[in-house]
Amino acid sequence: MSNNSLVSISDYSKEEILAILDSAAEFEANPNRKTLDGRVIATLFFEPSTRTRLSFETAVIRLGGSIIGFSDAATSSSSKGETLNDTIHMVSCYADAIVMRHPLDGAARYAAEVSPVPIINAGDGSNQHPSQTLLDLYSILKTQGTLENLTICLVGDLKYGRTVHSLIMAMSHFHPTFKFIAPDELKMPDEYKVFCQKNNIPFTEVNELTENFNDADILYMTRVQKERFLDLMEYERVKNVYTLKNFMLVNSKPNLRILHPLPRVNEIDPDVDSNEKAYYFRQAQNGLYVRQAIVSKVLDQK
Amino acid sequence: MEKELKVAALRNGTVIDHIPADKLYKVVSILHLNECAQQITIGNNLDSAKIGKKGIIKISDRVFAQVETNKIALIAPNAKINIIRDFVVVEKRALCLPKDIHEIVQCANPNCITNNQPVKTHFHVVTLGGEVILKCHYCEREVKREDAKIK
Repeated sequence: MSNNSLVSISDYSKEEILAILDSAAEFEANPNRKTLDGRVIATLFFEPSTRTRLSFETAVIRLGGSIIGFSDAATSSSSKGETLNDTIHMVSCYADAIVMRHPLDGAARYAAEVSPVPIINAGDGSNQHPSQTLLDLYSILKTQGTLENLTICLVGDLKYGRTVHSLIMAMSHFHPTFKFIAPDELKMPDEYKVFCQKNNIPFTEVNELTENFNDADILYMTRVQKERFLDLMEYERVKNVYTLKNFMLVNSKPNLRILHPLPRVNEIDPDVDSNEKAYYFRQAQNGLYVRQAIVSKVLDQK
Repeated sequence: MEKELKVAALRNGTVIDHIPADKLYKVVSILHLNECAQQITIGNNLDSAKIGKKGIIKISDRVFAQVETNKIALIAPNAKINIIRDFVVVEKRALCLPKDIHEIVQCANPNCITNNQPVKTHFHVVTLGGEVILKCHYCEREVKREDAKIK
């Protein structure tokens, strides 16, 4: 196993997280550096994810590295029944590191155990997606100037949404206050509330979106993800429960910024896009710099 | 009196006593006693003042490693293990849940890699406010000890 793998945000200490954010800021100032010249990175996407794949691939190409891989399991030998173990061993013969998205929970941890080269988890089922968390932190730091003592509202699918779970873990280093806004069907699971209590992180839970984020520094919206529901009736009941509209932001704090991991569907009305508090598209752009920082760290490149 | 005689009748080996009756066959299974060549006596639904109905297992000429008996702590934490030599109890072994549990527990998450690919299960044992929780090493889902599904 390669110890440089990034599987879960909890693999990184507070210092390592801050170092990644510093490094990302350097890449933002100067994104084109040929530090990965001659290196080959595999992007194995057993489940399609255009945004994450393109941003990792752009990160590698801007660093001068080359990309091999596939963007859909149908075009890989896993469709012939090859085990993940075999695919990882085969690909590690060719690549210096592997960026992997897989539909099964825990696939990334397993891959990191069997792989001789580092694994970067680009999402394993509904479990972890650490590069998203790091780019969320980078966006929060950039817009607020600090990560310390912020009030963060998490909205939407707090039950299945892995980005919000990982964000809670990562922010736990920085004394946040959380407000969880979700319908009863999609409430924050108990284990994360217990985690907050254990770490002395204050939180409140409410059902209504309107007026409930006026004291917030960050409004983190999420999509209700159809693909995570085992019960489609439940999905139909909750899919359009919150829609953020521009007029709702009138009484919000001037420093409030709205984040969203994207893609959005109906949870943010397009009339919010022109508001200076809308930050989700620039958040996606930050993903490039953060992924340059991650790939560089994993391959021990400065 | 008769009960003591039965236990003492084992010359050398291991006695696992005070197993809750509904857990007896799980204990048989996790110790792989179905593959054991030594003489085994299994009793179940015996009257017990402490737990109502209990099970007991006596295995001749075999002493289990601590890591093996600790697996019992998962399903029958109050079971008693006595090691017998020449009709005498030479060791009363305390059960201690291991920090890591390999293979014997199945992950409750149907989308976990361990339920879909040839991957051996691995759980971390965590104590949260006096409650014992098993956390899947791979998918990171947590399950209470009493809800853990034994393979």
